[in-house]
Amino acid sequence: MNHINTQTGAAVRRWTGIRAGLPKSKLKSAETWYGWLFISPMVAGYLLFLLVPIAAALYMSLTDASLLHESRFVGLGNYRQALNADPVFWTSIGNTLYFSAGLIPLNLALALGLAFLLNRKLPGIGLFRTAIFTPVITSIVIWAIVWKYIFATDFGLVNELLKLIGVQGPAWLYNMKLAMPVVIVVSVLKNVGLNMVIFLAALQDVPRMYYEAATIDGASRFRQMTHITLPMISPAIFLAFILTLIGSLKVFSQIQVMTDGGPGTSTYVLVYYIYQRAFKVFDFGYASALAFILFFLVLVLTLLQWKLRTRWVHHEQ
Amino acid sequence: MSNRRADLIRKTAAYLLLAVVSVLVLFPYFWMVTTSLKHQTKIFMFPPQWWPDPIVWSNYTDVFRVQPHFPLYFFNSVYIAAVVTIGTCVFSALAGYAFAKLDFRFRNAVFLVLLSGMMIPTEVTAIPMFVWMTNLGLTDTHFPLIVPPMLGAGGMFGVFLMRQFFITVPGELDEAAKIDGCNPWKTFWRIMLPLSGPMMSTLAIFTFLHSWDNYFDSLIFISSERLFTIPVGLKLFTDTTGTEWHLLMAASVMATLPLLLVFFFAQRKFIEGVALTGLK
Repeated sequence: MNHINTQTGAAVRRWTGIRAGLPKSKLKSAETWYGWLFISPMVAGYLLFLLVPIAAALYMSLTDASLLHESRFVGLGNYRQALNADPVFWTSIGNTLYFSAGLIPLNLALALGLAFLLNRKLPGIGLFRTAIFTPVITSIVIWAIVWKYIFATDFGLVNELLKLIGVQGPAWLYNMKLAMPVVIVVSVLKNVGLNMVIFLAALQDVPRMYYEAATIDGASRFRQMTHITLPMISPAIFLAFILTLIGSLKVFSQIQVMTDGGPGTSTYVLVYYIYQRAFKVFDFGYASALAFILFFLVLVLTLLQWKLRTRWVHHEQ
Repeated sequence: MSNRRADLIRKTAAYLLLAVVSVLVLFPYFWMVTTSLKHQTKIFMFPPQWWPDPIVWSNYTDVFRVQPHFPLYFFNSVYIAAVVTIGTCVFSALAGYAFAKLDFRFRNAVFLVLLSGMMIPTEVTAIPMFVWMTNLGLTDTHFPLIVPPMLGAGGMFGVFLMRQFFITVPGELDEAAKIDGCNPWKTFWRIMLPLSGPMMSTLAIFTFLHSWDNYFDSLIFISSERLFTIPVGLKLFTDTTGTEWHLLMAASVMATLPLLLVFFFAQRKFIEGVALTGLK
């Protein structure tokens, strides 16, 4: 408790003890009571909606639970099935990684570039910031619907514009090769504003005097960038990287709206596959195993973030 | 080449780049609005019609004719997001205050355990929750869209955020309150809660947006049309014969506009809030 360290704190503690006429231990037990009372809703929530369900998910993943029949314990059977004998699982993993690998560099590079531009105090710059941030507060479902319309095959705007210059446009969202890239670009445009403001806030936190000192020492703009700016904002970059990565592993809405996993299985991503197996064919046991694989990936990344934060990141408070 | 000219070129390039991205990002809104005002026969026209001619305002009233439940979806989305937001803020603040300022046994251990809940994805707990809710007869009610998000991973994030805030409040304040005879509840209610306004509004914006956008849970738990939220309700404009784009866009405009207006009036708060939540 930090207030014991301060002189006022100590005085006040003595005071309260005298005034209330209570021994210290009684005060403390009152605080314990209040403390547990105040945290009880969240503790209950944690138990009911996080701990019990995650334990249940783990247990279900070891059974063949389904709506259709009594569940039996199958041990690691579901995991073996997924890893060794389910090509759709590997397709969904591959597509998820494809999505992440496309989204993250595009998103981070664009966000960083925009943040640098916005960080210059040019007149009217706030308008651009507002504009680029706007999709972040728009519903992903609506965003995906509008873009689906823009990329429609026959009368979508993109193909009509192509037609104007005499090009027969492809069936964007019904093309095995093009569907995923379109979804990636649409997802980048939706969320680039989020990382942009995170980077912008980090850039504005870099103390001015570092640049002043560097300028006096004759450091070029490029050297200031590589030796001051990038190291100073590296925690923000790292954080944005991990958050974007975790988010991209869980991609679902825009896929469900724009392509429904298709064409074929070309945009089946992990969460989409979990959704299909769990809530379309009610294969709860198997879907739980898939979900647990997702949980494992997210867990590893989160722990990695905690562990590597201090090592990779130059500047940490 | 003079320095000034180089600077001018750099500035122009910066504006140009920002303008390109802004146009890309704002275009869907433009297209959504213009399509929503086009006559049904002008939607699939070549060359594309940039500006609706004639302007068909009746598309907006047609939304309610074709989907009489649409106002209900809107209401459902709003009230669910509002309840989740208020609940998350209140319970997070209470717990965050306790973790930051009260001294009780196992405080730090419990806090760490709750913190670990933040990384449990809802997609993973969804299957047992679905089975559980089915057994309790709570599927096809709004309960699973309100209570678990409020006290689940989102709530844990709120606790973390509020604790971080209350730790920065000087200890002298609650000691002064104690001297004046305030118990922890009074201290929380009269002193701490009013102080936490800025952090609370950040958490509120964050939570509201999340709930507003909660598609996965609505898709899983809700099957009756009258309980739909906006994201699932919009699917009804598409059937086997195709999509009524002019109506779908009109409905989308109506669903997007309120939040957009709030954003434009409080954008600094929104952006600061999101940036802050990202950094903490």
